[in-house]
Amino acid sequence: MTATLEAAAPTPAAGEIPSFTVTLRIRRFNPEVSEEATWQDFTVEAHGTDRILDALHKIKWDEDGSLTFRRSCAHGVCGSDAMRINGRNRLACKTLLKDVNPEKPITVEPIKGLPVVKDLVVDMEPFFASYREIMPFLITSGNEPSKERYQSPEDRAKFDDTTKCILCAACTSSCPVFWTDGQYFGPAAIVNAHRFIFDSRDEGGSQRLEILNDKEGVWRCRTTFNCTEACPRGIEVTKAIQEVKRAMITRAF
Amino acid sequence: MQTHQYDVVIVGAGGAGMRAALESSKEARTAVISKLYPTRSHTGAAQGGMAAALANVEDDNWEWHTFDTVKGGDYLVDQDAAEILAKEAIESVLDLERMGLPFNRTPEGKIDQRRFGGHTRDHGQSAVRRACYAADRTGHMILQTLYQNCVKQDVEFFNEFYVLDLITDHDLTTEEIADGEEVNATGVVAYDLATGEIHVFQAKAIIFATGGAGKIFKTTSNAHTLTGDGMALAYRRGLPLEDMEFFQFHPTGLAGLGILLSEAARGEGGILRNSEGERFMERYAPTIKDLAPRDIVARSMANEVREGRGAGPNKDYVLLDLTHLEPAHIDAKLPDITEFARTYLGIEPYTEPVPVYPTAHYAMGGVPTNIQGEVLRDGVNVVKGLYAAGEVACVSVHGSNRLGTNSLLDINVFGKRSGRAAAEYSKTASFHDLPEDPTVRVVAQLDEMRNRPDGERVADIRKALQDTMDLNAQVFRTGDSLNAALADIRELQKRYRNASVQDKGKLFNTDLLEAIELGFLLDIAEVTVVAAINRKESRGGHYREDYPNRDDAHYMLHTMAYRRPTAASDEAEGHVEGYFDHVEEFDGYKVVLGSKPVIQTRYEPMERKY
Repeated sequence: MTATLEAAAPTPAAGEIPSFTVTLRIRRFNPEVSEEATWQDFTVEAHGTDRILDALHKIKWDEDGSLTFRRSCAHGVCGSDAMRINGRNRLACKTLLKDVNPEKPITVEPIKGLPVVKDLVVDMEPFFASYREIMPFLITSGNEPSKERYQSPEDRAKFDDTTKCILCAACTSSCPVFWTDGQYFGPAAIVNAHRFIFDSRDEGGSQRLEILNDKEGVWRCRTTFNCTEACPRGIEVTKAIQEVKRAMITRAF
Repeated sequence: MQTHQYDVVIVGAGGAGMRAALESSKEARTAVISKLYPTRSHTGAAQGGMAAALANVEDDNWEWHTFDTVKGGDYLVDQDAAEILAKEAIESVLDLERMGLPFNRTPEGKIDQRRFGGHTRDHGQSAVRRACYAADRTGHMILQTLYQNCVKQDVEFFNEFYVLDLITDHDLTTEEIADGEEVNATGVVAYDLATGEIHVFQAKAIIFATGGAGKIFKTTSNAHTLTGDGMALAYRRGLPLEDMEFFQFHPTGLAGLGILLSEAARGEGGILRNSEGERFMERYAPTIKDLAPRDIVARSMANEVREGRGAGPNKDYVLLDLTHLEPAHIDAKLPDITEFARTYLGIEPYTEPVPVYPTAHYAMGGVPTNIQGEVLRDGVNVVKGLYAAGEVACVSVHGSNRLGTNSLLDINVFGKRSGRAAAEYSKTASFHDLPEDPTVRVVAQLDEMRNRPDGERVADIRKALQDTMDLNAQVFRTGDSLNAALADIRELQKRYRNASVQDKGKLFNTDLLEAIELGFLLDIAEVTVVAAINRKESRGGHYREDYPNRDDAHYMLHTMAYRRPTAASDEAEGHVEGYFDHVEEFDGYKVVLGSKPVIQTRYEPMERKY
């Protein structure tokens, strides 16, 4: 079924948001019902400002309550609803229908490389396990200062980009190396290592670099830039990985 | 069914829950149960800052902060708690910095601070730079930093577990319990979303840190998951809820969507304008203008729209103007919210003003606690071993209107306090026996919902609830509008008994959990509206057009709402004839209102002008 933008309708009344119909082609999987995943089409009425998440909600709330996906904040900050939309990893709540060609069926699948639990829900544990492995916390020695540690705005800026990560897994699950080798730390873990390696207050850089120098570490990165494209927070992921690689070469540890 | 035993069980893994966990897990065997992965919690959506009188950029002190908090809350604040909040703010910010939080910095490398609504120097002289921040993603940084430290400390999490019942050793809904008699919280019952299995957690101490209930409204900045679970569970088990009529509407939600645009936009120089381009806040708050507290700004905006000066084709919003700010300044200080305007409304804030309208944001009320975070079962007696912190709780540091940046502060100060208190208590306490089958209520509730073959759609009932709350219990309220809301809620409660879900499975059944959450929303909306009907005055976030003035003579009291069986007494503690004596009968139970005194220490109530 093809969606049609109702552009031909008479000029909408002031303030009226034009609506259109759109088809979502969703990858369904429910192990209680079948071992096989299947595609299912749903056609819903949508408004100009609606996002993929709004369309998924319409389906779940009005048509098929069993459609299963994660979501929470609905505006791109909690990282719950990363999914593969028209073949690209995005957040459902940050992707407007009108921006992904609603004239053709929009495909919606779970992110790749992590075990599918049900419909669009994947098991995030392997992802968080990699994150935990790179020691994602400030490491310091000596006594705690009585006031704050000082940090210049310039030093603060060095890791600003990687502090934006919301752990949605869009980058890691867009990485072809991760798809073929689930042992690979993946971009998100490296981004979070970067956030501390380049923090002037941190003293655990060499430990983290050692972890990432592992055969499943940064050197597996093939610089395909999928991760940078996928990041809904606009983090320059590939650049961060390159900076970590460079630190490994230049810093003695 | 699986059973677990922990010294301390924390319900909720947002800012308050994880801050508590960092304290209690050092001292006691602790589990954190959360219906979301911790980093998904809505603390992460907070933007503007966390107040603390560090005086890093200009003269400031905690006493001014206390005064602002008390005045901002329209004097319904418990002043002993506000003093703790403002004093301990400083250490709380430093704690976070030492944990690694990447605050924005001053040129000399200290934590930078900026202006925020209602925060002033010297008791209202002018706006003061008190909010410590990290761009406009301070909440994100707090949530990440707390989670990082939980990883470091190896805190034990049960993620995507929904707590659906609180177990106590006395049935507070039916038993008459004498003053001073010991009542203990003994455990919680949780549902594992992934498997559909029921888990019982026996604990010496339990901390509720489940967050807010913004989804009782349609237009809200809150996440889909903020359904008042902790509040509703406590209330159903016979515990009171305090000050539920006070709900904060944040002035600047993206028009039509409710997505939050931080007050920091105004702190950094943004201006609200009506359709005529007028900076209308000059009329409503001549001294601090756009940086007046949220209740005043939200009401002023709604009033502009009502009087025909709204912008846009339907004249139904006002404009947040950032166009006079340097794009580089916007990028450095407000990157996320400007991106929201671009993504969701296609507006470029460098050159175009952003359409905004008030959005339901924060519950000032909640589960009453004392300053240690211990939950009260009436005006004075605590439930031993039960604590609450963050938005679910009412200490009350926010009174009838919370100041911006005081919630990130609240979760840190009272999260820490409750974590410490719970761990300390668990060292001397022992486990109490659980009832024979502690899961009986939860299992019955889930089975009934799952097995009802066909019925009303959950989404339809929820939408009707949110519509009536937006229409009748928002920024402007009257006795008539609130009674209309209550009539709708009664009807929806009936319809809910006939609601059914389509997903009948065990695994990851979000359909079923949305239905359970709707039950929480209905109960919370109901008690909110009943409390609002009773309070015939206007104060802070609760504005009654039929009673436009604050009435300290009769209403300088916290509302305490109890849900009781129909046969129980109509008088609750703090009963005041003619003012706090409201009883509302429902099918099978009633809501009885009482009161609790407001603690005043150094500040006499004054008229609130800015």
